[in-house]
Amino acid sequence: MTEETPSGGRRSLARMLGIGLVASVLGVGLGLAIDWFPVQASTQASTIDTLYDVLIAVSVPIFVLVSVVVLYCVWRFRARPGQELEDGAPIHGDTRLEVIWTALPAVLLIALCTYAFVALDDIEAAQPDERRIRVTAQQYAWSFEYPNPRGGEPIRAEELVLVEGETVRFDIRALDVIHSFWVPAFRMKRDAVPGITTQLRITPNRRGRYPVVCAELCGLGHAFMRATANVVSRQEFDAWMAQQTQGTQERGG
Amino acid sequence: MAMKLRAPGWYRATAFVGLGVLFALGLTSAVRAASGLDPVIAGEAWLLVGLIAVPLFFLVGIGCFDYWFRWAAGKPTVPEDHSSHGAHSWRDYFRVNTDHKVIGIQYVVTSFFFLFIGGAVAMIMRAELAQPGTQIVDGQTFNGLFSVHAALLIFLFIIPVFAGLANYVIPLMIGAPDMAFPRLNALSFWMLPVAGTMMVASFLVGPFASGWTAYAPLSTTQPIGQMFFTIGVQFAGASSIATALNFLVTIITMRAPGLSFFRLPLLVWANFSTSLLVVIATPFIAASQFFVLLDYGLGFNFFSASRNGDVLMYQHVFWFYSHPAVYIMMLPGFGIVSEILAVKARKPIFGYRMMAFSLLAIVVLGFTVWAHHMFVSGMQDWIRVPMMVTTAIIAVPTGIKIFSWLATLWRGVLHIDTPMLFALGFLTMFTLGGISGVALAMLPFVIHVSDSYFIVAHIHYVLFGGSLFTVYAGVYYWFPKMTGRMYDETLGKVHFWVTFIMFNVTFAPMHLVGIEGMPRRVSDYPEQFASWNLAISVASIFLGLSTLIFVYNMVSSWVGGPKATANPWRALTLEWQVSSPPPIFNFDAVPTVVGGPYEYGVPGAVHGVFPDPDKDGADAAKQQPATTPSVAQ
Ligand SMILES: [Cu+2]
Ligand SMILES: [Cu+2]
Repeated sequence: MTEETPSGGRRSLARMLGIGLVASVLGVGLGLAIDWFPVQASTQASTIDTLYDVLIAVSVPIFVLVSVVVLYCVWRFRARPGQELEDGAPIHGDTRLEVIWTALPAVLLIALCTYAFVALDDIEAAQPDERRIRVTAQQYAWSFEYPNPRGGEPIRAEELVLVEGETVRFDIRALDVIHSFWVPAFRMKRDAVPGITTQLRITPNRRGRYPVVCAELCGLGHAFMRATANVVSRQEFDAWMAQQTQGTQERGG
Repeated sequence: MAMKLRAPGWYRATAFVGLGVLFALGLTSAVRAASGLDPVIAGEAWLLVGLIAVPLFFLVGIGCFDYWFRWAAGKPTVPEDHSSHGAHSWRDYFRVNTDHKVIGIQYVVTSFFFLFIGGAVAMIMRAELAQPGTQIVDGQTFNGLFSVHAALLIFLFIIPVFAGLANYVIPLMIGAPDMAFPRLNALSFWMLPVAGTMMVASFLVGPFASGWTAYAPLSTTQPIGQMFFTIGVQFAGASSIATALNFLVTIITMRAPGLSFFRLPLLVWANFSTSLLVVIATPFIAASQFFVLLDYGLGFNFFSASRNGDVLMYQHVFWFYSHPAVYIMMLPGFGIVSEILAVKARKPIFGYRMMAFSLLAIVVLGFTVWAHHMFVSGMQDWIRVPMMVTTAIIAVPTGIKIFSWLATLWRGVLHIDTPMLFALGFLTMFTLGGISGVALAMLPFVIHVSDSYFIVAHIHYVLFGGSLFTVYAGVYYWFPKMTGRMYDETLGKVHFWVTFIMFNVTFAPMHLVGIEGMPRRVSDYPEQFASWNLAISVASIFLGLSTLIFVYNMVSSWVGGPKATANPWRALTLEWQVSSPPPIFNFDAVPTVVGGPYEYGVPGAVHGVFPDPDKDGADAAKQQPATTPSVAQ
């Protein structure tokens, strides 16, 4: 048995918690300083990135605390020469402590879930005047179909052209196996499943070209199943659309 | 020769494998001829039926069923015949044996064999991923590499290695002479090499390449190699279920007098909980793979959308097993760590009952979270939120365990040797894996990172930093008991530090590349991820090499290490109260349990007492102080 008095134990505890607090602040600072995400190119992206920052701020201290307790115990309580046959303090438990470390994480997790639920509602909210684009996945290519402004055959494109600031609702389908439509710059993803049509809503808010990635293993060409999302201004989009419709003019007009 | 062919063993097994091949040919040809199919001999059909028939013929040939066949045929059986019990030379480890100690070692060594194959496969993958572009393997082969890697390490390493350690230790811990069903135990073991060989053999025809998840309809439209997984899993699963039933019956019915449930070591509790998970959940993955087999082989169209199949159904059935499976791969490790921390900190486990109850809570909650693997799958939207809440809440019982382990360290006398280092490494790394798990419950975040390298990072923190670290801890900890020799402590520590550091350098950056947008399961990636991937690949080489230190230490110590005493760790649990290695039926006299398993530091506390052969009663043993419990040699 260690000769330690309970007050000595309390001093150790205070010192350890002090170290843990400092390390946690440093850890959270580091976690927030790291540039984790690709560019934010949709309104959904900023909601999700903020959620991630909150997760960092909550979870880094937990990891740091566990590590500090381990390291501190190793340093403070390791068997010193002459202690080879000694035993530790016969502590069997402490009901108050056990209640605290059951209840506190539960409350924290419920709070996080509530926040995540609100954020989910936010990023999936329907907007007025959504453009609907049909996404078709097949081994190993994406194609995108726009309603034809002149009516008739939809416009098919290999590149996803989107208008900055305009919410798009994608209707996603697959022709062979499961694929997954993912644009990391938009932070949004939804599987393309044979037999059903799945939906995804995105509001791009930054012009530029971003990779469209297949995220679900779909066969030997899976790694190469990529396309480009091109976010442009409304004028550029209209010009592009006019160019696409030229071919269909006779039939549609 | 005729004698050898009649007796159970490798000669008869080889002959039976030949018979199995012929049987498959005969059956498929007869059926095809009868249904008027042309050609009558079809290679793929032959192979497919052979994959099911040959292993069964092999198991009969090697001798797993001899006793039961004799009994079923009404021939005289010899219940007291222990000719296949216990090992007298190394050859006995290559035969059907009913001794749980032999089976335990067979399990552990076989599992590690497949760990090394699975690890080598991973290193080929990392070599391909060191640079963008295609250098070593093409897309389909690469898909095969990660599929075989995951399938081997999940079904042939983590799950069975825990079953192996528990097989060795649990009967000893509860004061039983063996498992409840020793012959079933042997059969369970022999199904493993069958499943593993099948998965590795898929390389002969082109490996299965739809991931260990084998999502339909990709898996139902793959080349024949896919069936090596589909059928291999049935054997691994059957092995798992049989072992779990064996553990449950053993733990419920064969405890020594006085060993109530709340005096059980937590390793026993952990395997009790794991076994509940296995018997309830494993039939679901068996079902999912039967669906795939029927779709593939006989055109049942369960999952073909054009024939009104339901594609998402596969995922629900699959994950209803495969989420609980992460706890099947975790709870036994929790048990190992509880044993080691108590012994090496010389303290009772903090909050023993909560430790036991939290295991049961995980068993129950583990069945309520499966659809968190399907958050972006296109299933009904409303399922997501309740599954997010249950997924977050399951962290509460896990948190209780982590905090209780930390409190167990507090004011102990810590012996920082190799098992303890791995246990402490587990504590920190598993916390990290648990935290990223909670992050993965948070719906908006997971919409972004699902199927990205963030997932790869998370599962390796849970299964490598979590499970594998506890496996290493357990193997070092019980090595003296299993082999009667001590391992080399210095090499053990070097092994820990190289593994710990290289593990983090390998897997930590994967969180970042995942969030930045690199999908998992790709053989190629854009230039922007090149430098991180190179760093990861270099670190993974050292991580792979670190296992050589372990192998060298284990082999050389087993052959020529210093002799181990009965109880080198001064532990209280029963397995340390018998000689190292234990006698053939474990206990010369049945012990009586009179107290908790972890009463370190409590003056005069004893866990088990052994009747003294010289004196009547157990008075002599009772008077021993707690730190030097009675040792029955
Ligand atoms: Cu795809
Ligand atoms: Cu899960």
